[in-house]
Amino acid sequence: MNTATLEPAAHLGHRSRPFAWVQQSLTLAWRNIVRIRQNPEALADVTFQPIIFLALFLFVFGGAIAGGGGWRGYLPQLLPGLLVQTVVFATMGTGVGLNDDFAKGVFDRFRSLPIARVSPLIGAVLGDAVRYSLSIVILMTSGFVLGFRFDNGVGNGLLGMLIVLLFALSMCWIWVWLGLVMKTAQGVQGIAFLVMFPLTFGSNIFVPTSTLPGFLQAFTKVSPITYLVDTERALMGGGALQKPLLITLAWMVGLVAVFAPLAIRAYRRRT
Amino acid sequence: MTTTNQVAIEAVGLVKKYGSTTALAGVDLSVPTGTVLGVLGPNGAGKTTAVRILGTLLRPDSGQATVGGYDVVREAGKVRSIIGLTGQYASVDEDMSGRRNLIMIGRLLGYSRPQARAKADELLERFELVDAGDRTAKTYSGGMRRRLDLASSLVGNPSILYLDEPTTGLDPHARNGVWETVRNLVLDGTTVLLTTQYLEEADALADSIVVFDKGSVVANGRPAELKAQAGKQSLDVRPAEPAHLERVAAIVAESTGSRPNVDVVNTLVSVPVSDGSSMPVVVRRLDEAGIAVTELSLRLPSLDEVFLALTGHTAEEKQPDAVLEGASR
Repeated sequence: MNTATLEPAAHLGHRSRPFAWVQQSLTLAWRNIVRIRQNPEALADVTFQPIIFLALFLFVFGGAIAGGGGWRGYLPQLLPGLLVQTVVFATMGTGVGLNDDFAKGVFDRFRSLPIARVSPLIGAVLGDAVRYSLSIVILMTSGFVLGFRFDNGVGNGLLGMLIVLLFALSMCWIWVWLGLVMKTAQGVQGIAFLVMFPLTFGSNIFVPTSTLPGFLQAFTKVSPITYLVDTERALMGGGALQKPLLITLAWMVGLVAVFAPLAIRAYRRRT
Repeated sequence: MTTTNQVAIEAVGLVKKYGSTTALAGVDLSVPTGTVLGVLGPNGAGKTTAVRILGTLLRPDSGQATVGGYDVVREAGKVRSIIGLTGQYASVDEDMSGRRNLIMIGRLLGYSRPQARAKADELLERFELVDAGDRTAKTYSGGMRRRLDLASSLVGNPSILYLDEPTTGLDPHARNGVWETVRNLVLDGTTVLLTTQYLEEADALADSIVVFDKGSVVANGRPAELKAQAGKQSLDVRPAEPAHLERVAAIVAESTGSRPNVDVVNTLVSVPVSDGSSMPVVVRRLDEAGIAVTELSLRLPSLDEVFLALTGHTAEEKQPDAVLEGASR
Protein backbone atom coordinates (compact mmCIF):
# COMPACT_ATOMS: atom_id res chain seq x y z
CA MET A 1 0.00 0.00 0.00
CA ASN A 2 1.17 3.49 -0.68
CA THR A 3 2.01 6.00 1.98
CA ALA A 4 -1.40 6.88 3.26
CA THR A 5 -3.39 9.93 2.44
CA LEU A 6 -5.99 9.83 5.15
CA GLU A 7 -9.41 11.04 4.16
CA PRO A 8 -10.90 13.82 6.24
CA ALA A 9 -13.70 12.56 8.45
CA ALA A 10 -16.87 12.21 6.42
CA HIS A 11 -19.01 14.67 8.37
CA LEU A 12 -16.66 17.55 7.71
CA GLY A 13 -18.62 19.07 4.92
CA HIS A 14 -17.10 22.51 5.41
CA ARG A 15 -15.48 22.52 2.03
CA SER A 16 -18.72 21.81 0.25
CA ARG A 17 -20.48 24.63 2.11
CA PRO A 18 -19.22 27.93 0.74
CA PHE A 19 -20.70 29.97 3.59
CA ALA A 20 -19.45 27.72 6.39
CA TRP A 21 -17.50 30.70 7.76
CA VAL A 22 -20.78 32.49 8.45
CA GLN A 23 -22.03 29.69 10.68
CA GLN A 24 -18.61 29.34 12.29
CA SER A 25 -18.52 33.06 13.05
CA LEU A 26 -22.03 32.94 14.49
CA THR A 27 -21.08 29.96 16.65
CA LEU A 28 -18.12 31.89 18.03
CA ALA A 29 -20.25 35.01 18.51
CA TRP A 30 -22.62 32.82 20.54
CA ARG A 31 -19.64 31.70 22.58
CA ASN A 32 -18.76 35.30 23.37
CA ILE A 33 -22.32 36.10 24.38
CA VAL A 34 -22.41 33.05 26.67
CA ARG A 35 -19.17 34.31 28.22
CA ILE A 36 -20.63 37.78 28.77
CA ARG A 37 -23.60 36.24 30.56
CA GLN A 38 -21.17 34.20 32.63
CA ASN A 39 -19.14 37.25 33.68
CA PRO A 40 -21.60 40.13 33.99
CA GLU A 41 -19.12 42.11 36.10
CA ALA A 42 -16.95 42.44 32.99
CA LEU A 43 -19.69 44.64 31.59
CA ALA A 44 -18.89 47.54 33.94
CA ASP A 45 -17.25 49.49 31.12
CA VAL A 46 -20.47 49.50 29.11
CA THR A 47 -23.00 49.76 31.94
CA PHE A 48 -21.93 51.96 34.85
CA GLN A 49 -19.26 53.90 33.04
CA PRO A 50 -21.65 55.61 30.57
CA ILE A 51 -23.97 56.56 33.42
CA ILE A 52 -21.15 58.00 35.50
CA PHE A 53 -19.71 59.91 32.55
CA LEU A 54 -23.11 61.34 31.75
CA ALA A 55 -23.69 62.45 35.32
CA LEU A 56 -20.19 63.92 35.67
CA PHE A 57 -20.13 65.94 32.48
CA LEU A 58 -23.72 67.01 32.66
CA PHE A 59 -23.76 68.24 36.24
CA VAL A 60 -20.13 69.30 36.69
CA PHE A 61 -19.47 71.05 33.38
CA GLY A 62 -23.02 71.65 32.16
CA GLY A 63 -23.51 74.96 33.92
CA ALA A 64 -20.14 76.35 32.86
CA ILE A 65 -20.37 75.27 29.22
CA ALA A 66 -24.00 75.94 28.44
CA GLY A 67 -24.02 79.17 30.41
CA GLY A 68 -27.57 80.41 31.01
CA GLY A 69 -29.16 77.15 29.91
CA GLY A 70 -27.63 75.20 32.80
CA TRP A 71 -27.29 71.44 32.53
CA ARG A 72 -30.70 71.15 30.85
CA GLY A 73 -29.45 73.29 28.00
CA TYR A 74 -26.27 71.18 27.73
CA LEU A 75 -27.96 67.76 27.56
CA PRO A 76 -29.10 67.87 23.88
CA GLN A 77 -25.52 68.76 22.85
CA LEU A 78 -23.76 66.40 25.26
CA LEU A 79 -25.73 63.18 24.88
CA PRO A 80 -25.05 62.49 21.15
CA GLY A 81 -21.39 63.29 21.78
CA LEU A 82 -21.17 61.13 24.86
CA LEU A 83 -22.82 58.32 22.90
CA VAL A 84 -19.90 58.44 20.48
CA GLN A 85 -17.33 58.52 23.28
CA THR A 86 -18.98 55.59 25.04
CA VAL A 87 -18.94 53.23 22.05
CA VAL A 88 -15.44 54.33 21.05
CA PHE A 89 -14.25 53.45 24.54
CA ALA A 90 -16.19 50.18 24.41
CA THR A 91 -14.36 49.14 21.22
CA MET A 92 -11.04 48.94 23.01
CA GLY A 93 -12.53 46.29 25.29
CA THR A 94 -12.70 44.06 22.22
CA GLY A 95 -8.93 44.20 21.81
CA VAL A 96 -8.22 43.68 25.49
CA GLY A 97 -10.65 40.75 25.65
CA LEU A 98 -9.28 39.13 22.52
CA ASN A 99 -5.72 39.39 23.74
CA ASP A 100 -6.71 37.87 27.06
CA ASP A 101 -8.64 35.11 25.31
CA PHE A 102 -5.68 34.36 23.09
CA ALA A 103 -3.36 34.02 26.06
CA LYS A 104 -5.59 31.35 27.62
CA GLY A 105 -5.00 28.74 24.94
CA VAL A 106 -8.53 28.23 23.67
CA PHE A 107 -7.50 29.97 20.44
CA ASP A 108 -4.97 27.18 19.91
CA ARG A 109 -7.97 24.92 19.74
CA PHE A 110 -9.69 27.13 17.17
CA ARG A 111 -6.54 27.40 15.10
CA SER A 112 -6.15 23.64 15.04
CA LEU A 113 -9.71 23.14 13.77
CA PRO A 114 -10.57 23.06 10.07
CA ILE A 115 -12.47 26.35 10.17
CA ALA A 116 -12.16 29.63 8.30
CA ARG A 117 -9.35 31.79 9.65
CA VAL A 118 -11.55 34.86 9.92
CA SER A 119 -14.32 33.26 11.93
CA PRO A 120 -12.79 33.62 15.43
CA LEU A 121 -12.23 37.32 14.75
CA ILE A 122 -15.64 37.98 13.22
CA GLY A 123 -17.13 35.97 16.07
CA ALA A 124 -15.37 38.18 18.61
CA VAL A 125 -16.59 41.34 16.88
CA LEU A 126 -20.18 40.14 16.50
CA GLY A 127 -20.27 38.99 20.11
CA ASP A 128 -19.10 42.41 21.19
CA ALA A 129 -21.87 44.02 19.18
CA VAL A 130 -24.00 42.94 22.11
CA ARG A 131 -21.80 44.94 24.47
CA TYR A 132 -21.88 47.99 22.24
CA SER A 133 -25.67 47.80 21.91
CA LEU A 134 -25.99 47.51 25.65
CA SER A 135 -23.89 50.62 26.24
CA ILE A 136 -25.93 52.56 23.66
CA VAL A 137 -29.23 51.52 25.20
CA ILE A 138 -28.09 52.28 28.74
CA LEU A 139 -26.75 55.71 27.88
CA MET A 140 -29.80 56.70 25.84
CA THR A 141 -32.14 55.47 28.56
CA SER A 142 -30.29 57.54 31.15
CA GLY A 143 -30.56 60.51 28.80
CA PHE A 144 -34.30 60.06 28.40
CA VAL A 145 -34.73 59.86 32.16
CA LEU A 146 -32.95 63.22 32.44
CA GLY A 147 -35.19 64.78 29.81
CA PHE A 148 -33.48 64.14 26.47
CA ARG A 149 -35.85 63.75 23.48
CA PHE A 150 -35.42 62.84 19.78
CA ASP A 151 -36.31 66.31 18.47
CA ASN A 152 -35.78 65.22 14.86
CA GLY A 153 -38.16 62.29 15.03
CA VAL A 154 -37.89 58.86 16.61
CA GLY A 155 -36.96 57.20 13.28
CA ASN A 156 -33.95 59.46 12.81
CA GLY A 157 -33.00 59.01 16.45
CA LEU A 158 -33.01 55.23 16.12
CA LEU A 159 -31.05 55.53 12.88
CA GLY A 160 -28.50 57.53 14.85
CA MET A 161 -28.20 54.69 17.38
CA LEU A 162 -27.71 52.20 14.55
CA ILE A 163 -25.02 54.30 12.88
CA VAL A 164 -23.05 54.68 16.07
CA LEU A 165 -23.23 50.88 16.52
CA LEU A 166 -22.00 50.29 12.98
CA PHE A 167 -19.20 52.78 13.56
CA ALA A 168 -18.16 50.83 16.66
CA LEU A 169 -18.17 47.59 14.65
CA SER A 170 -15.87 49.24 12.09
CA MET A 171 -13.56 50.89 14.55
CA CYS A 172 -13.12 47.82 16.73
CA TRP A 173 -11.00 46.24 13.98
CA ILE A 174 -8.20 48.58 15.08
CA TRP A 175 -8.37 46.97 18.50
CA VAL A 176 -8.74 43.46 17.12
CA TRP A 177 -5.51 44.07 15.24
CA LEU A 178 -3.71 45.61 18.22
CA GLY A 179 -5.09 42.89 20.48
CA LEU A 180 -3.39 40.31 18.26
CA VAL A 181 -0.15 42.21 17.73
CA MET A 182 0.49 43.26 21.33
CA LYS A 183 1.90 40.80 23.82
CA THR A 184 -0.29 41.52 26.84
CA ALA A 185 -3.78 42.77 27.57
CA GLN A 186 -2.28 45.50 29.76
CA GLY A 187 -0.25 46.70 26.80
CA VAL A 188 -3.37 46.93 24.68
CA GLN A 189 -5.13 48.87 27.41
CA GLY A 190 -2.18 51.25 27.78
CA ILE A 191 -2.16 52.07 24.06
CA ALA A 192 -5.93 52.36 24.06
CA PHE A 193 -6.02 55.04 26.73
CA LEU A 194 -3.17 56.92 25.08
CA VAL A 195 -5.20 57.10 21.88
CA MET A 196 -8.72 57.34 23.23
CA PHE A 197 -8.43 60.34 25.50
CA PRO A 198 -6.92 62.73 22.93
CA LEU A 199 -9.24 61.35 20.27
CA THR A 200 -12.47 61.86 22.18
CA PHE A 201 -11.63 64.94 24.24
CA GLY A 202 -9.89 66.62 21.32
CA SER A 203 -13.20 66.80 19.47
CA ASN A 204 -16.57 68.52 19.46
CA ILE A 205 -18.03 66.06 21.98
CA PHE A 206 -17.85 68.29 25.04
CA VAL A 207 -17.19 71.83 23.80
CA PRO A 208 -17.71 73.78 20.55
CA THR A 209 -14.56 73.43 18.47
CA SER A 210 -14.43 77.22 18.02
CA THR A 211 -13.18 77.46 21.60
CA LEU A 212 -10.16 75.24 20.83
CA PRO A 213 -6.68 76.51 19.86
CA GLY A 214 -5.79 76.43 16.17
CA PHE A 215 -3.78 73.20 16.07
CA LEU A 216 -6.55 71.35 17.87
CA GLN A 217 -9.17 72.77 15.53
CA ALA A 218 -7.11 71.47 12.63
CA PHE A 219 -7.10 68.03 14.27
CA THR A 220 -10.85 68.00 14.84
CA LYS A 221 -11.38 68.82 11.15
CA VAL A 222 -9.83 65.46 10.14
CA SER A 223 -10.96 63.36 13.11
CA PRO A 224 -13.79 60.94 12.31
CA ILE A 225 -15.12 61.51 15.81
CA THR A 226 -16.14 65.07 14.93
CA TYR A 227 -18.11 63.96 11.88
CA LEU A 228 -19.76 61.08 13.71
CA VAL A 229 -20.82 63.45 16.51
CA ASP A 230 -22.19 65.93 13.94
CA THR A 231 -24.10 63.07 12.29
CA GLU A 232 -25.59 62.02 15.61
CA ARG A 233 -26.55 65.57 16.57
CA ALA A 234 -28.19 66.07 13.20
CA LEU A 235 -30.15 62.82 13.42
CA MET A 236 -31.22 63.27 17.01
CA GLY A 237 -31.67 67.01 17.19
CA GLY A 238 -31.65 68.38 13.64
CA GLY A 239 -29.11 70.22 11.47
CA ALA A 240 -26.98 69.59 8.39
CA LEU A 241 -26.69 65.81 7.91
CA GLN A 242 -25.37 64.98 4.49
CA LYS A 243 -21.72 66.01 4.73
CA PRO A 244 -20.95 64.55 8.19
CA LEU A 245 -22.85 61.36 7.36
CA LEU A 246 -20.95 60.76 4.12
CA ILE A 247 -17.60 61.43 5.74
CA THR A 248 -18.52 59.11 8.62
CA LEU A 249 -19.53 56.32 6.26
CA ALA A 250 -16.30 56.77 4.31
CA TRP A 251 -14.32 56.44 7.54
CA MET A 252 -16.21 53.28 8.45
CA VAL A 253 -15.42 51.67 5.11
CA GLY A 254 -11.82 52.82 5.37
CA LEU A 255 -11.33 51.49 8.90
CA VAL A 256 -12.61 48.03 7.95
CA ALA A 257 -10.70 47.98 4.66
CA VAL A 258 -7.40 48.73 6.40
CA PHE A 259 -7.64 47.08 9.81
CA ALA A 260 -9.65 43.92 9.12
CA PRO A 261 -7.00 42.56 6.70
CA LEU A 262 -4.23 43.64 9.09
CA ALA A 263 -6.00 41.80 11.91
CA ILE A 264 -6.46 38.65 9.84
CA ARG A 265 -2.81 38.72 8.84
CA ALA A 266 -1.77 39.15 12.48
CA TYR A 267 -4.03 36.25 13.43
CA ARG A 268 -2.42 33.97 10.86
CA ARG A 269 1.05 34.92 12.01
CA ARG A 270 0.51 34.86 15.72
CA THR A 271 2.13 31.81 17.26
CA MET B 1 7.28 2.74 -2.35
CA THR B 2 5.36 -0.18 -0.97
CA THR B 3 5.35 -0.66 2.74
CA THR B 4 3.25 -2.71 5.08
CA ASN B 5 3.12 0.07 7.63
CA GLN B 6 1.47 3.26 6.48
CA VAL B 7 3.10 6.38 7.81
CA ALA B 8 0.77 8.76 9.62
CA ILE B 9 3.31 11.40 10.63
CA GLU B 10 6.59 12.05 8.90
CA ALA B 11 8.91 14.92 9.73
CA VAL B 12 12.29 15.63 8.20
CA GLY B 13 14.82 18.14 9.48
CA LEU B 14 12.43 20.39 11.41
CA VAL B 15 14.13 23.57 12.58
CA LYS B 16 12.52 26.34 14.62
CA LYS B 17 14.34 29.29 16.13
CA TYR B 18 13.05 32.01 18.40
CA GLY B 19 15.56 34.81 18.09
CA SER B 20 18.86 33.34 19.22
CA THR B 21 17.18 30.38 20.93
CA THR B 22 16.96 27.19 18.92
CA ALA B 23 13.82 25.32 19.91
CA LEU B 24 14.27 22.60 17.29
CA ALA B 25 17.61 21.90 15.69
CA GLY B 26 16.67 19.50 12.90
CA VAL B 27 14.25 16.87 14.11
CA ASP B 28 13.20 13.76 12.18
CA LEU B 29 10.15 11.78 13.21
CA SER B 30 8.18 8.95 11.72
CA VAL B 31 5.02 7.48 13.21
CA PRO B 32 3.35 4.46 11.59
CA THR B 33 -0.44 4.58 11.42
CA GLY B 34 -2.17 3.17 14.48
CA THR B 35 0.84 3.37 16.77
CA VAL B 36 1.84 5.57 19.67
CA LEU B 37 5.01 7.61 19.53
CA GLY B 38 6.22 8.88 22.87
CA VAL B 39 8.25 12.08 22.69
CA LEU B 40 10.22 12.18 25.87
CA GLY B 41 12.23 15.04 27.23
CA PRO B 42 12.59 17.63 29.96
CA ASN B 43 11.03 21.10 29.88
CA GLY B 44 12.42 23.20 27.06
CA ALA B 45 13.59 20.23 25.00
CA GLY B 46 11.39 21.31 22.06
CA LYS B 47 8.55 18.81 22.46
CA THR B 48 5.78 21.39 22.39
CA THR B 49 7.35 23.23 19.46
CA ALA B 50 7.35 19.98 17.47
CA VAL B 51 3.70 19.34 18.34
CA ARG B 52 2.73 22.88 17.35
CA ILE B 53 4.42 22.50 13.98
CA LEU B 54 2.76 19.14 13.35
CA GLY B 55 -0.54 20.68 14.51
CA THR B 56 -0.24 23.55 11.96
CA LEU B 57 -0.06 26.17 14.72
CA LEU B 58 3.53 27.04 13.91
CA ARG B 59 5.53 27.12 10.69
CA PRO B 60 8.96 25.50 10.74
CA ASP B 61 11.88 27.69 9.72
CA SER B 62 13.14 24.80 7.64
CA GLY B 63 12.46 21.14 7.13
CA GLN B 64 9.12 19.65 6.24
CA ALA B 65 6.45 17.45 7.69
CA THR B 66 3.47 15.54 6.39
CA VAL B 67 0.54 14.39 8.48
CA GLY B 68 -1.76 11.82 6.93
CA GLY B 69 0.07 12.49 3.68
CA TYR B 70 -0.66 16.24 3.75
CA ASP B 71 2.01 18.89 4.05
CA VAL B 72 1.61 20.79 7.34
CA VAL B 73 2.36 24.15 5.71
CA ARG B 74 0.90 23.94 2.20
CA GLU B 75 -2.10 21.75 3.07
CA ALA B 76 -2.69 22.94 6.62
CA GLY B 77 -6.47 22.94 6.21
CA LYS B 78 -6.50 19.26 5.26
CA VAL B 79 -4.19 18.40 8.13
CA ARG B 80 -6.53 20.18 10.55
CA SER B 81 -9.45 18.06 9.39
CA ILE B 82 -7.78 14.80 10.44
CA ILE B 83 -6.00 15.80 13.66
CA GLY B 84 -7.02 16.39 17.24
CA LEU B 85 -4.85 18.47 19.52
CA THR B 86 -4.73 18.53 23.30
CA GLY B 87 -2.45 21.26 24.52
CA GLN B 88 -0.08 21.32 27.41
CA TYR B 89 -2.37 23.79 29.13
CA ALA B 90 -5.94 22.60 28.83
CA SER B 91 -7.38 24.63 25.97
CA VAL B 92 -11.01 24.63 26.98
CA ASP B 93 -13.17 27.68 27.44
CA GLU B 94 -13.31 28.11 31.19
CA ASP B 95 -16.31 30.42 31.07
CA MET B 96 -18.54 27.87 29.41
CA SER B 97 -19.92 24.60 30.66
CA GLY B 98 -18.30 21.37 29.55
CA ARG B 99 -21.32 20.54 27.42
CA ARG B 100 -21.27 23.92 25.69
CA ASN B 101 -17.57 23.58 24.99
CA LEU B 102 -18.24 20.34 23.16
CA ILE B 103 -21.32 21.63 21.36
CA MET B 104 -19.40 24.68 20.20
CA ILE B 105 -16.69 22.55 18.64
CA GLY B 106 -19.26 20.29 17.02
CA ARG B 107 -21.00 23.30 15.49
CA LEU B 108 -17.67 24.70 14.28
CA LEU B 109 -16.97 21.40 12.59
CA GLY B 110 -20.24 21.57 10.70
CA TYR B 111 -22.47 19.33 12.81
CA SER B 112 -26.14 20.29 12.94
CA ARG B 113 -27.44 21.42 16.32
CA PRO B 114 -28.92 17.98 17.24
CA GLN B 115 -25.80 16.19 16.00
CA ALA B 116 -23.56 18.48 18.03
CA ARG B 117 -25.67 17.88 21.14
CA ALA B 118 -25.65 14.13 20.63
CA LYS B 119 -21.88 14.12 20.16
CA ALA B 120 -21.43 16.24 23.29
CA ASP B 121 -23.59 13.86 25.33
CA GLU B 122 -21.71 10.85 24.02
CA LEU B 123 -18.34 12.36 24.95
CA LEU B 124 -19.50 13.56 28.38
CA GLU B 125 -20.66 10.02 29.04
CA ARG B 126 -17.42 8.49 27.83
CA PHE B 127 -15.27 10.83 29.92
CA GLU B 128 -17.42 10.58 33.04
CA LEU B 129 -18.38 14.23 32.93
CA VAL B 130 -22.14 13.82 32.73
CA ASP B 131 -22.76 15.19 36.22
CA ALA B 132 -20.43 18.14 35.67
CA GLY B 133 -21.58 18.73 32.10
CA ASP B 134 -23.59 21.85 32.86
CA ARG B 135 -21.10 23.46 35.24
CA THR B 136 -18.64 26.04 33.94
CA ALA B 137 -15.29 24.49 33.21
CA LYS B 138 -13.51 26.79 35.65
CA THR B 139 -15.10 24.84 38.50
CA TYR B 140 -13.55 21.59 37.23
CA SER B 141 -10.65 19.83 38.92
CA GLY B 142 -7.40 19.44 37.00
CA GLY B 143 -8.28 15.90 36.00
CA MET B 144 -11.77 16.84 34.81
CA ARG B 145 -10.37 19.70 32.77
CA ARG B 146 -7.92 17.37 31.05
CA ARG B 147 -10.72 14.95 30.32
CA LEU B 148 -12.80 17.75 28.84
CA ASP B 149 -9.81 18.90 26.83
CA LEU B 150 -9.30 15.38 25.53
CA ALA B 151 -13.02 15.07 24.77
CA SER B 152 -12.86 18.39 22.88
CA SER B 153 -10.09 17.12 20.67
CA LEU B 154 -12.13 14.00 19.83
CA VAL B 155 -15.31 15.76 18.64
CA GLY B 156 -14.14 15.58 15.02
CA ASN B 157 -13.19 11.86 15.27
CA PRO B 158 -9.56 12.58 14.42
CA SER B 159 -7.47 9.76 13.03
CA ILE B 160 -4.31 11.38 14.41
CA LEU B 161 -4.14 12.73 17.92
CA TYR B 162 -1.48 14.92 19.55
CA LEU B 163 -1.32 14.85 23.31
CA ASP B 164 1.07 17.42 24.70
CA GLU B 165 1.93 16.36 28.25
CA PRO B 166 -1.59 15.08 28.87
CA THR B 167 -0.99 14.04 32.47
CA THR B 168 1.33 16.77 33.77
CA GLY B 169 0.02 17.84 37.15
CA LEU B 170 -2.55 15.06 37.46
CA ASP B 171 -2.90 12.74 40.42
CA PRO B 172 -2.25 9.01 39.80
CA HIS B 173 -5.95 8.17 39.54
CA ALA B 174 -6.65 10.86 36.94
CA ARG B 175 -3.48 9.88 35.11
CA ASN B 176 -4.59 6.25 34.89
CA GLY B 177 -7.87 7.46 33.41
CA VAL B 178 -6.05 9.34 30.65
CA TRP B 179 -3.85 6.34 29.97
CA GLU B 180 -6.88 4.09 29.68
CA THR B 181 -8.46 6.50 27.19
CA VAL B 182 -5.32 6.62 25.08
CA ARG B 183 -5.11 2.82 25.01
CA ASN B 184 -8.73 2.58 23.87
CA LEU B 185 -8.21 5.15 21.13
CA VAL B 186 -5.25 3.21 19.83
CA LEU B 187 -7.34 0.02 19.83
CA ASP B 188 -9.77 1.91 17.56
CA GLY B 189 -6.92 2.65 15.15
CA THR B 190 -6.01 6.20 16.17
CA THR B 191 -2.42 7.27 15.74
CA VAL B 192 -1.12 9.08 18.80
CA LEU B 193 1.84 11.37 19.29
CA LEU B 194 2.34 11.87 22.98
CA THR B 195 4.83 14.15 24.66
CA THR B 196 5.73 13.57 28.24
CA GLN B 197 8.26 14.32 30.92
CA TYR B 198 7.37 11.07 32.61
CA LEU B 199 9.48 8.16 31.54
CA GLU B 200 7.00 5.81 33.11
CA GLU B 201 4.24 7.22 30.90
CA ALA B 202 6.18 6.75 27.68
CA ASP B 203 7.05 3.23 28.79
CA ALA B 204 3.42 2.44 29.59
CA LEU B 205 1.84 3.82 26.40
CA ALA B 206 4.31 4.16 23.58
CA ASP B 207 5.16 1.65 20.86
CA SER B 208 8.27 3.62 20.21
CA ILE B 209 10.01 6.49 21.91
CA VAL B 210 12.12 9.38 20.77
CA VAL B 211 14.12 11.22 23.37
CA PHE B 212 14.44 14.99 22.88
CA ASP B 213 17.13 17.04 24.46
CA LYS B 214 17.80 20.69 23.63
CA GLY B 215 15.90 20.56 20.35
CA SER B 216 17.42 17.37 18.99
CA VAL B 217 16.55 13.71 19.01
CA VAL B 218 19.20 12.05 21.14
CA ALA B 219 17.80 8.53 20.99
CA ASN B 220 14.95 6.55 19.55
CA GLY B 221 13.65 3.03 19.57
CA ARG B 222 11.21 0.73 21.32
CA PRO B 223 11.09 1.16 25.11
CA ALA B 224 12.95 -2.14 25.62
CA GLU B 225 15.64 -1.14 23.12
CA LEU B 226 16.23 2.12 24.90
CA LYS B 227 16.53 0.34 28.19
CA ALA B 228 19.03 -2.05 26.67
CA GLN B 229 21.06 0.93 25.43
CA ALA B 230 21.54 2.03 29.00
CA GLY B 231 23.35 -1.22 29.66
CA LYS B 232 23.36 -3.17 32.87
CA GLN B 233 20.57 -4.83 34.72
CA SER B 234 20.02 -4.35 38.38
CA LEU B 235 19.47 -6.89 41.17
CA ASP B 236 17.21 -5.56 43.91
CA VAL B 237 16.69 -7.14 47.32
CA ARG B 238 14.34 -5.75 49.93
CA PRO B 239 14.56 -7.37 53.40
CA ALA B 240 11.37 -7.73 55.43
CA GLU B 241 13.15 -6.39 58.50
CA PRO B 242 14.95 -3.04 58.07
CA ALA B 243 17.45 -4.25 60.69
CA HIS B 244 18.66 -6.91 58.24
CA LEU B 245 19.71 -4.30 55.67
CA GLU B 246 23.42 -4.52 56.46
CA ARG B 247 23.56 -8.31 56.50
CA VAL B 248 21.68 -8.45 53.20
CA ALA B 249 24.13 -5.93 51.73
CA ALA B 250 27.03 -8.13 52.85
CA ILE B 251 25.49 -11.27 51.34
CA VAL B 252 24.79 -9.50 48.04
CA ALA B 253 28.34 -8.14 47.95
CA GLU B 254 29.84 -11.61 48.51
CA SER B 255 27.56 -13.27 45.94
CA THR B 256 28.03 -10.78 43.13
CA GLY B 257 31.50 -9.54 43.82
CA SER B 258 30.53 -5.87 43.60
CA ARG B 259 29.59 -3.31 46.21
CA PRO B 260 25.80 -2.80 46.40
CA ASN B 261 23.95 0.46 46.76
CA VAL B 262 22.04 0.56 50.05
CA ASP B 263 18.90 2.69 50.13
CA VAL B 264 18.04 3.04 53.82
CA VAL B 265 14.89 5.06 53.22
CA ASN B 266 13.29 2.45 50.97
CA THR B 267 14.97 -0.51 52.68
CA LEU B 268 16.46 -1.62 49.37
CA VAL B 269 19.77 -3.14 48.40
CA SER B 270 20.54 -2.95 44.69
CA VAL B 271 23.58 -3.87 42.68
CA PRO B 272 24.33 -3.69 38.95
CA VAL B 273 24.86 -7.13 37.40
CA SER B 274 25.66 -8.27 33.89
CA ASP B 275 23.31 -11.25 33.99
CA GLY B 276 21.09 -13.27 36.30
CA SER B 277 23.64 -15.95 37.26
CA SER B 278 24.24 -14.59 40.75
CA MET B 279 20.57 -14.61 41.62
CA PRO B 280 20.35 -18.29 42.83
CA VAL B 281 23.45 -17.74 44.97
CA VAL B 282 21.86 -14.75 46.67
CA VAL B 283 18.65 -16.70 47.28
CA ARG B 284 20.53 -19.63 48.82
CA ARG B 285 22.67 -17.45 51.10
CA LEU B 286 19.64 -15.48 52.31
CA ASP B 287 17.86 -18.74 53.06
CA GLU B 288 20.86 -20.09 55.00
CA ALA B 289 21.02 -16.87 57.02
CA GLY B 290 17.26 -17.09 57.73
CA ILE B 291 16.53 -13.61 56.35
CA ALA B 292 13.06 -13.06 54.89
CA VAL B 293 12.75 -10.70 51.93
CA THR B 294 9.69 -8.94 50.54
CA GLU B 295 11.23 -8.28 47.14
CA LEU B 296 13.89 -9.97 45.08
CA SER B 297 14.08 -8.89 41.48
CA LEU B 298 16.28 -8.63 38.43
CA ARG B 299 15.18 -5.62 36.43
CA LEU B 300 16.09 -3.61 33.37
CA PRO B 301 17.20 -0.05 34.16
CA SER B 302 14.42 2.50 34.53
CA LEU B 303 13.95 5.06 31.81
CA ASP B 304 15.23 7.66 34.25
CA GLU B 305 18.52 5.84 34.25
CA VAL B 306 18.31 5.57 30.46
CA PHE B 307 17.82 9.31 30.15
CA LEU B 308 20.80 9.96 32.35
CA ALA B 309 22.92 7.60 30.28
CA LEU B 310 21.80 9.20 26.99
CA THR B 311 21.99 12.87 27.85
CA GLY B 312 24.35 13.07 30.79
CA HIS B 313 21.70 14.71 32.95
CA THR B 314 18.47 13.55 34.52
CA ALA B 315 15.09 14.24 32.99
CA GLU B 316 14.00 16.44 35.84
CA GLU B 317 16.81 18.86 36.51
CA LYS B 318 17.20 19.73 40.14
CA GLN B 319 16.39 23.27 41.15
CA PRO B 320 19.57 25.20 42.07
CA ASP B 321 18.19 26.25 45.44
CA ALA B 322 17.36 22.63 46.26
CA VAL B 323 21.04 21.84 45.74
CA LEU B 324 22.08 24.71 47.98
CA GLU B 325 19.69 23.50 50.61
CA GLY B 326 21.21 20.04 50.48
CA ALA B 327 24.75 21.44 50.72
CA SER B 328 24.05 23.50 53.81
CA ARG B 329 22.65 20.56 55.69
